[in-house]
Amino acid sequence: MKRTFKSILANGGPFIGLLLVIAFFSLPTETREYFLTYNNFKIIFTQTVIVAIGALGMTMIIVSGGIDLSVGSTIALTSVVGALLIQHGWGPVPVLVVVVAAGALIGLLNGGAIAGLRMTPFIITLGTLGIARGTAKWLADNQTVNYDASPINGWMTTADPFSRALPAGVWVALVLAVLTALLMRKTVFGRHVFALGSNEATARLCGIPTTRLKVLIYVLAGCFFGLAGLFQLSRLRQGDPTVAVGLELDIIASVIIGGASLSGGVGTILGSMIGALIMAVLRNGSQQMGWPTYFQEIIIGLVIIVAVFLDRLRQGRTAT
Amino acid sequence: MTSPARLRLAGIRKSFGATRALQSVSLDIAPGEVHALIGENGAGKSTLMKVLSGAHAPDAGTMELAGQPYRPDNPHDARLKGVAMIYQELNLALHLSAQENILLGAESARLGFVDARASRERAQTVLAQLGHGGLDPARRAGDFSIAEQQIIEIARALLLQPQVLIMDEPTSSLTQADTEILFATIGRLRASGVSIIYISHFLEECGRIADRYTVLKDGETVGSGAMAGASLDHIVALMTGREVKDLYPRTAHTPGAIVLEVKTAVSAPRLKQASLQVRAGEIFGLAGLIGAGRTDLLRTIFGLDDLDAGEVCVVGAPVGRNSPRDRWQQGVGFLSENRKEEGLMLNQSIADNLTLTKMESFGRFGHVNGGRQQTVAQRWIGELRVKCRDGAQAIGELSGGNQQKVALARLLEHPAKIFLLDEPTRGIDVGSKAQIYQLVGDLAAAGKAVVVVSSYLPELLGLCDTIGVMCRGELAAVRPRADWNETDIMRTATGST
Repeated sequence: MKRTFKSILANGGPFIGLLLVIAFFSLPTETREYFLTYNNFKIIFTQTVIVAIGALGMTMIIVSGGIDLSVGSTIALTSVVGALLIQHGWGPVPVLVVVVAAGALIGLLNGGAIAGLRMTPFIITLGTLGIARGTAKWLADNQTVNYDASPINGWMTTADPFSRALPAGVWVALVLAVLTALLMRKTVFGRHVFALGSNEATARLCGIPTTRLKVLIYVLAGCFFGLAGLFQLSRLRQGDPTVAVGLELDIIASVIIGGASLSGGVGTILGSMIGALIMAVLRNGSQQMGWPTYFQEIIIGLVIIVAVFLDRLRQGRTAT
Repeated sequence: MTSPARLRLAGIRKSFGATRALQSVSLDIAPGEVHALIGENGAGKSTLMKVLSGAHAPDAGTMELAGQPYRPDNPHDARLKGVAMIYQELNLALHLSAQENILLGAESARLGFVDARASRERAQTVLAQLGHGGLDPARRAGDFSIAEQQIIEIARALLLQPQVLIMDEPTSSLTQADTEILFATIGRLRASGVSIIYISHFLEECGRIADRYTVLKDGETVGSGAMAGASLDHIVALMTGREVKDLYPRTAHTPGAIVLEVKTAVSAPRLKQASLQVRAGEIFGLAGLIGAGRTDLLRTIFGLDDLDAGEVCVVGAPVGRNSPRDRWQQGVGFLSENRKEEGLMLNQSIADNLTLTKMESFGRFGHVNGGRQQTVAQRWIGELRVKCRDGAQAIGELSGGNQQKVALARLLEHPAKIFLLDEPTRGIDVGSKAQIYQLVGDLAAAGKAVVVVSSYLPELLGLCDTIGVMCRGELAAVRPRADWNETDIMRTATGST
């Protein structure tokens, strides 16, 4: 009996959290009518896409024992790059490829500096946070980059806003989440990421090429961040170098709420996705309750602390 | 002895839980005497020093300092009462100046502001007293050489004019020339009436510098006397005098062809030079004191430390770089002495820990078949009688002995042909120990080569075919086991041959 309780806490913790949050907003009279409708959840899913795709990359990084603070800036930079390319008449597929590659390049810089110079990820990515943001403003000439039209604009909406169909972005996030989960759980690469985060000395001792692996992790995560930048562009329909400030904190919070440990070696893609949904539901529900944004921020802050506290209780239990 | 003792300990006892660290220790030290405290690793020297310096309170026994009862509450109190301690590792704040370090905790201050002139004068006085008035007290401590840093450390200890100065392995990180400087300093201190407790593994040093000695073994004083005229053999016999129990199975095995050859390997800073050959079906033991370079030799062979000069050759295997990855490919496996920090991923499963060196063999195209991984884990759990729920359990939840079995199973499963085992039985229960000895014997019988580093001499003498002894970073002697006994090994390890 105790065992089942523990395993529910261990595996379903974030999921229970999500149900609680949904239940909380389903009860009050102000929101009861609209909150639990399909259309509202369509909006919630769409609002989750950018954070969710970012959280895929961030989960890999955090499980490997690292951190990336430059995600918000990377998203801004890649969205500006995408907008500039569309301005120059590029089609959606080449734009997609270049934007993802731009994200990978920033990942390569991060990973190369972290693994090559043996510096802490916190410092390196704090540096790239500024570098990428500055570059974005420079490329955009310190203003938004506007363009006439692009098929990319349609990736985060459906033609008929009241149709049952979900926008392309939601499906992309869903498919990528499944693939990344398989990558982390079922492949040599994924197991090595866990090994690196759990104990880097052991990984080295067992012959895992830790330097190469670290670079690869940041590059792969960079691809996800570039893609998130593209969906940011799609949502705004313009390249904005000042967008997504502090978004990395939302993304890190999603991963942590999802049960990952900042000391590495622990974390699941499913958990991170649920974490991202919890954040989106909280935002959506608070808006419908008519709560001011500062109140939302306080609530989300509290949720992060409570989630990590519960996580520690859980780990304390399994350890004894 | 007619002169009153400066420090007198009688019947000191100290237990930690069920472990008796000190049984009954007595010690008498006269003013201006250098007293060598000798004993093997784990004999209780460190605990005794912690009792003396106030870090631990004794459970029983009496301590007197200059005829007065002595019961320090904490190290600071001990310092005020006149007992100062210099630890083996230097404890300097390298970014602060020499004088700031010397006066740390005893600053000259006026209304909370450091009195710079008074500080400088006090630092200079104590340095001059040590015969090193030439050192500039305003320089950063980190800019001094190691020997000079040690003098700063001694100066700090002398600041409050202690009656007793304890030095723990003061020469372990010093060169020969620096050791001479230290000995001259000790000579001056002795002349000024300070009593010194000198702890060292190097018996020849003790013979040179000490007036008297006390030998500790298993937490008891087993002998003491005047250093002049004492034979080193007698002291070594006191240190080691214990019987070898019949814990070691002699599985029949015959050494075959050479499979591992190390030619004058050097790895700065600790491995000065080592050459050895290991044969298939041979158990090769590496003895030596802590810090003598045994672990460094093993790590250098495995490519975890850089090979600065010399050659490591795995016979009959493809040529590889000196990296753990290539060594595994050559069939060399390594067991870390530090399970928790290096050997294992504590929050990962038994199966993952066991198969980490060969994940790619559990499926095609980078896929890892978890079911096959579990099957393998289950087989070893059964074979080595690992106590656990199943292969999916996190390894951190197992006992030390069971963790060690899984760590060893990683080498068996890989499978390795050459086993480098660093302290394979450290911190595990006797049952698991016997099992690991049996396993090592079986490996040799199956034609594997095994290199074992151990601090426990009976283990090496019971298990190995050949034993090499390291001293100060060099592999000093390699002989068949029959040509060694504990006394010889200790003498070689302490450089007293």
